[in-house]
Amino acid sequence: MLKLDKVSKTYKTGDKALHNACFEVPAGQVVGLIGPSGAGKSTLIRCINRLVEPTQGSITLGDTELTGLNRRELRRARRRIGMIFQEYALVERLTVMENVLSGRLGYVPAWRSYLRKFSPDDIAQAFSLLDRVGLADHYNKRADALSGGQRQRVGIARALEQNPELLLVDEPTASLDPKTSRQIMRLIRTACQERNLPAIINIHDVMLAQQFSDRIIGLKAGDIVFDGAPDALTDEVLTTIYGDEDWTQLRGDNGEQSTDPEAPAVDLAEGV
Amino acid sequence: MALEPVAQSYPTRWKRPPVLLTHPLWRKIILLGGLVYLVLAIQTVEVDWQRVYLGLERGWRFVQGFLVPDFTSRWNDIYAGLMESLTMTVTSTVAGILISVPIGIGAARNLAPAPVYLACRGIITVSRSFQEVIIAILLVAMFGFGPFAGFLTLAFATIGFLSKLLAEEIEDCDRSQIEAIRATGASWWQVVNYAVQPQVMPRLVGLSLYRLDINFRESAVIGIVGAGGIGATLNTAIDRYEYDSAGAVLIIIIAIVLVVEYSSSYIRRWVQ
Amino acid sequence: MNTQVPGAQSSWQFRTPKQTLLRWVGWFWLVVLTVFCWQVMNENTIWAFVSDAPDQAADIGHRMFPPAWSYINNLWEPLWDTINIATLGTLLGILIAVPVAFLAATNTTPSTRFVRPLALLIIVASRSINSLIWALLLVAIIGPGLLAGIVAIGLRSIGFIAKLLYEAIEEIDDKQVEAVRATGASGAQVIDYAVVPQILPAFWGISVFRWDINIRESTILGLVGAGGLGIQLNASLSTLAWNQVAMIFIVILGTVVISEWVSAKVREAVL
Repeated sequence: MLKLDKVSKTYKTGDKALHNACFEVPAGQVVGLIGPSGAGKSTLIRCINRLVEPTQGSITLGDTELTGLNRRELRRARRRIGMIFQEYALVERLTVMENVLSGRLGYVPAWRSYLRKFSPDDIAQAFSLLDRVGLADHYNKRADALSGGQRQRVGIARALEQNPELLLVDEPTASLDPKTSRQIMRLIRTACQERNLPAIINIHDVMLAQQFSDRIIGLKAGDIVFDGAPDALTDEVLTTIYGDEDWTQLRGDNGEQSTDPEAPAVDLAEGV
Repeated sequence: MALEPVAQSYPTRWKRPPVLLTHPLWRKIILLGGLVYLVLAIQTVEVDWQRVYLGLERGWRFVQGFLVPDFTSRWNDIYAGLMESLTMTVTSTVAGILISVPIGIGAARNLAPAPVYLACRGIITVSRSFQEVIIAILLVAMFGFGPFAGFLTLAFATIGFLSKLLAEEIEDCDRSQIEAIRATGASWWQVVNYAVQPQVMPRLVGLSLYRLDINFRESAVIGIVGAGGIGATLNTAIDRYEYDSAGAVLIIIIAIVLVVEYSSSYIRRWVQ
Repeated sequence: MNTQVPGAQSSWQFRTPKQTLLRWVGWFWLVVLTVFCWQVMNENTIWAFVSDAPDQAADIGHRMFPPAWSYINNLWEPLWDTINIATLGTLLGILIAVPVAFLAATNTTPSTRFVRPLALLIIVASRSINSLIWALLLVAIIGPGLLAGIVAIGLRSIGFIAKLLYEAIEEIDDKQVEAVRATGASGAQVIDYAVVPQILPAFWGISVFRWDINIRESTILGLVGAGGLGIQLNASLSTLAWNQVAMIFIVILGTVVISEWVSAKVREAVL
């Protein structure tokens, strides 16, 4: 369970990226974070695990206040928060297995991780997660040998390998085709349901956000301008977030795309 | 969709597959061979520890000389050597560039006919195969001691370096630009002038400046074998155990290399 | 470049007059500088020696042929020493250069204000001074022999390897680093899992490249007493035994060609 209280971020350049963000995410809730480019979505997500230092405010995960932690405590907190990145951010030259196991780095002393000596439980879990995302046979491949969708699945497995209490997802579908995007979103969604895992998904595709989230938060120029159920996201709300646009037209286009037949049977990730 | 228990017996052991030398037998042979070589090689190093111990005191004096250099007592020698080095550097670089441009063009496969190509490549190979110091030894024997032999040495070495890189740069030129100019009915000279020169000029300037830097550093070395320059001064200073003068010379060399490096990055930006 | 187009209203010019003037002034000063340097440099040149050079060259060439083929039996051991100097020196250089590179790269240095300038100073000092000069110093300090050669090669290699390596570190993909950091990894683990895999090919390429250069350099270190083929070269030169010198040149050339081939092959395999 995550709670943000008046979180603000002003960059050194003076840009106000985030202004008094307040909200709570209960366990198991998937929050879609939408807004135009530069609205502060990325900053908001990175403030939570402090890849970006928030200037003000408090963030609590469970009982832990994240903003005041020293470096060691911060590492302990970060291992409780899984993160999935735009363009995957896998370590390209490592194997798929090493990428997944890197989710355990926070739990393993440096010499063990250097020798790649992870505990049997960690390894079994990594194999099980790779199986779960449909990449059971690819564990010894190098990450840069995989396709975009496959890489993002490894990214998901890496985040889940942490056994996180919270999932931060930054534009997971930004460089994927529409069909793969939907598969990835569905995978994240079901993983959250199975584990009763709260997630914040920063996403620019409004239709995907509506379809796969329990709740939508809309950001505009660093302010939260909408917070509610996906159904409440009317054209007027979208206009306040993104500015004037013919939303019905856009919905129509996207609707056509999403009426594609569901992924064929070969899609292992959905077979489970 | 329930999460399966890990009991579905996933492997609990995983070893990172080797990246290089994937063949297990060859890997063992090569690693063992490397180890054996290392042991043998280290055994050939006979160290007279008593001599080293005595040397430590001299080493300490050299460090002191470097920290508190003496520019004044040998200033006339240092000045003369420095002048020789600098003048040698400038003239040899200019002469080297003037000669390497035609050779570089001749050694580019897309511009030169086969016999010219082979001849120019031959010159480059000869020039690159020998160390500057070896060339300096020969040229000193022919032309007598002094900076003139040094000038010839550096010019000769510059030709190998610049022509090779220039030829590679010309071969990497955008074909379509060359074809476009050729299609206008331009002569060979016009092709070089209009299609090739604009593409390689910035690189040529950059390489020339880089070579200027190298030539200065080499000019400090070839003096040791009698080809003039600050190397001779340094050699004398060390022979006389005047470590504070030697320290002064080294500091001057480092400072000039720094100045050349900074100004060349400035000039390069200005040219582009 | 100042072609007037007949009938056109105004003439087209490649550069503005000011630019043209600036370029000519630049070229003019370059020529003046070169001529001046030439004059200063050749103040003490004895032109009689220079004009004598073709005769000298012919004489030396005559004495070089045929090379003293049997002399090669005296060269195997120095050759082995030369290769050892280059290899051990490169290893020594790598050992020191790797930490220096991490301290010098802006994205891995612990402090840009204090540690980084120090690391850069080490790199510049090492790079500016040729291995032959290092050898000259070290022979004076720790006495002649292989050790001086190895340390000299090592000291010169630090700057080369560290410079190229820290540039490679600065060019890595930050997103991969961020992703590993987000898992709660410690500083050492981030370097191990996110930085090292990205720079490993560059590291091997640079090291082998430097080894190749070091083979060339170590052939002459003996001239100042630091072991290897150069000692033999020095001896043959001082007795004016040019046919032995020719033989040594042949051995050096062969070694250089082989080491260049090895280095090219290894770099091909790594990248």
